[in-house]
Amino acid sequence: MTALGKSWRKPLLAIAAFAAAYLVVGLLVQNQYYQLMLTLVLVWAVMGLSWNVFSGYSGLISFGHASFFGLGAYTVTLLLVKLDITPWLGIPIGMLVGVIAGVVIGYPTFRLRGHYFALAMLAYPLALLYIFEWLGYQEVPLPMKREAPAAFMQFADHRVYVALALGLLVLAMLASLWVERSRFGLSLNAIKQNEAAAEAAGIDALAWKLKAIMISGAMAAAAGGFYAVVLLIVTPVTVFGMLTSAQALIVTLFGGVATVWGPVVGSLILIPLAEILHAELGHRIPGIQGVVFGLAIVLVIVLAPEGVLPRIRERLARRAAATPAPSQADGPVPAAVAAAARRSPGGEVVLRVSNLSRAFGGLRAVQDVGFEVRKGEVLGIIGPNGAGKTTLFNLLNGFIKPDAGEVIFEGHRLIGLKPNRICRLGIGRTFQIMRPFPRMTVLDNVLVGAFVAEADDVRAVAAAREALARVGLAARADSPAGGLTTVELREMELARALASRPKLLLLDETLAGLGAREIDRLLATINSLAADGLTIVIIEHTMQAMVRLADRFVVLDHGAVLARGKPEEVTRDPKVIEAYLGKKWMAHARD
Amino acid sequence: MNEFAVILENVLQVLTAGLLVGSIYALMCVGLGLIFGVMRVINFAQGEFLMLGMYATLYAFTGLNLGVFLGSYIGPIVGALLAGVVLYFAGLLLHRYLLTRVTGIRVVGSEGEGHYPQLILTLGVSLIVANAGLIFFGSMPQSVRTPLSTTAWEIGPFIGDHVSVFLNKARSVAFLVSVAIAIALYRFIGRTRIGKTLRAAADNPEAATYMGIDVDRAHSIAFALGCAITAVAGGLVATYYPFQPYVGLDFVIIMYAGVVLGGMGSIVGAFWGGLTIGLVQQLSTLVLPVQLQNAAIFVVFLLIVLIRPEGLLGRNVERT
Repeated sequence: MTALGKSWRKPLLAIAAFAAAYLVVGLLVQNQYYQLMLTLVLVWAVMGLSWNVFSGYSGLISFGHASFFGLGAYTVTLLLVKLDITPWLGIPIGMLVGVIAGVVIGYPTFRLRGHYFALAMLAYPLALLYIFEWLGYQEVPLPMKREAPAAFMQFADHRVYVALALGLLVLAMLASLWVERSRFGLSLNAIKQNEAAAEAAGIDALAWKLKAIMISGAMAAAAGGFYAVVLLIVTPVTVFGMLTSAQALIVTLFGGVATVWGPVVGSLILIPLAEILHAELGHRIPGIQGVVFGLAIVLVIVLAPEGVLPRIRERLARRAAATPAPSQADGPVPAAVAAAARRSPGGEVVLRVSNLSRAFGGLRAVQDVGFEVRKGEVLGIIGPNGAGKTTLFNLLNGFIKPDAGEVIFEGHRLIGLKPNRICRLGIGRTFQIMRPFPRMTVLDNVLVGAFVAEADDVRAVAAAREALARVGLAARADSPAGGLTTVELREMELARALASRPKLLLLDETLAGLGAREIDRLLATINSLAADGLTIVIIEHTMQAMVRLADRFVVLDHGAVLARGKPEEVTRDPKVIEAYLGKKWMAHARD
Repeated sequence: MNEFAVILENVLQVLTAGLLVGSIYALMCVGLGLIFGVMRVINFAQGEFLMLGMYATLYAFTGLNLGVFLGSYIGPIVGALLAGVVLYFAGLLLHRYLLTRVTGIRVVGSEGEGHYPQLILTLGVSLIVANAGLIFFGSMPQSVRTPLSTTAWEIGPFIGDHVSVFLNKARSVAFLVSVAIAIALYRFIGRTRIGKTLRAAADNPEAATYMGIDVDRAHSIAFALGCAITAVAGGLVATYYPFQPYVGLDFVIIMYAGVVLGGMGSIVGAFWGGLTIGLVQQLSTLVLPVQLQNAAIFVVFLLIVLIRPEGLLGRNVERT
């Protein structure tokens, strides 16, 4: 199953039930201190959801969400102090500031990965902290508006704040749910698990990350703005400080990362715990709050790395596992493959490669390579190990840029385009070293590829099932990709490429590491695709398989074209034999 | 005194201050760089080890009366070295009981996701230690006070009666000790058997295992040594800089910046990176208000990671 297109009814009911229960509790509580705590739980839950929408789904760890929180808080405060603008307007304006900050911070920082990204994100709020101190905003109180308190979001009855915060949380949860149940979340997940594969499957990684950080920035800014309204005073350390970023991350990881309810559960447990300990023991043990958060995060990483909520769900699921799962409805029946369709190689030229060169340092991996691919043909690119075959594919699908040369596909220049653009133009590819999204189901893996072909999520699911049926993998649709065998992974990658409805398919050593029967199975699939008129370029270094598949060969050696032509011509070419076997064997090979 | 002489004096003063402070930053960066280089772990709690080093030095210095027995020059140094020894064992324990759960050969080889548990775990440790510090040490700023903290040597005057450079004595002593320890570590890693073990484990943990090297032990030593070196640097800083339990955060970005600047994984690079950060920090005071001194470091840090993430001496780490 896939999360896409799943019914919203159950989660919406759950959110409504939670909100109603919380509201009842909030209205019953009389003590102002507890009302404040109930409000803060919701503020930090929103902050956790904000972190989760970005870092949880995309896997890019942000240590700097305090930037957005602080900018939201200061926007609301300064608008009120300097321009007398009410927080009712200030919070939306703050959210806009959060969106802009998301772009300004995200755009340059997304070039970084892993450690570097996490560390760079850490620097933004800390730099902002010093800048706001230097600007003289060490401690800015929000002025009391006694004449029209409600118009300035100031209420004597603090239960109103609980209700407002609850509204904010419900909005944040709905936004998270939308992300999780649409191609948004699945695309982010694909980027998290294998960014290169996602790009090659047509996912615009930068665009999705930017969208995620914009939404996330708006949510954090709203939380920050509301925080300022509730606490009535803003200091750089409380809103830009390390603990603010850390708290967003901690409530999320504690509750369960990449889930809608995780941040809420984490916040419900940790915030009251820390607050109560602080109130009871704070005067004797001043740092108790930080210790609680620190311990929470250490314990979660050590004992339940996926978070509290998934751990509980797992327990419940194990108990329910006794009942048999309902049988799955089958996808569309695979169309009977037209067995003896004629291939018509020799149509117009779809891909023209000329004078393509690329060097890595002193190694000239591809030098001055040129060839044409005609519509409907199967072109085999062969050559010994290290001949530059995979580098050639990486040049064609945009992973690396050539030093010189030109690639024209159906009239479009491909040089300089990003992989996802090239995929959108109609070039699909598979990888020699397979790049699955291992913690997604087979269907979801293929679905990632289908987004390019179908703008509608439900139709994308149908397209993905169709592609799976085409390669004979429909029965494995719901298995996690991590558990597939090599040949199944090859088929899944093929389906992922097919799901984007490519006009040209690049297959990189699809047959490597397979047994004879598996090769037969895969060759039959590829042959049937070719029979349907798909243009294919395939890399192999085993000649035998290639002779059964390709209409024409291009032989590469040391990065340059050594020979080209019909299979029978090429295999007899002495230069080719020498390249494969070495001079010594030439005499034997001729016999 | 003409205007030129004033500017010259300022520049010289700032340059020497940058060099002195930078060398101490360099030493803390070497500690962090050693841990990253061998284990591929970014230790978020490194700033807290610096802080613990400061307090350990303070208690060694006052508790053992080192100032009286050994004088103001040797006393603080011995205090800092003792702090290093204590933190070495603390590092061993932390690695043994906590970090081994999320580090090791399995993780070293993986890029990306495998590293997040370490970042988050060390963040947790950092929060616990900093706040536990607040509980045990209190929030009052402390310092390891000797007569050296407030006195200076004058070098010059160079032009007539003008253009002198003043070297704060505490910082100068710290500078000499930092350089000496960095050189000692360099030779230790280059020449000794344990050093070779560390380098092999850093270079290719799997191959090292096949060669009979105990990679877990190498990680343990690297982590503890990294903690100890940063703690010694903390002890040296304590002689001229007032500190409180949250002081780690002031320095942790400096350390990251230095290590990234030098190229993550290169220990020599970490040294030069730290030195550069010290110079940048002091030079920024010529053009920026003092409050923005630290903001300048963050900006420089961001520029480094955005423009040249592999660092000045590092190799490109990205693989396809």
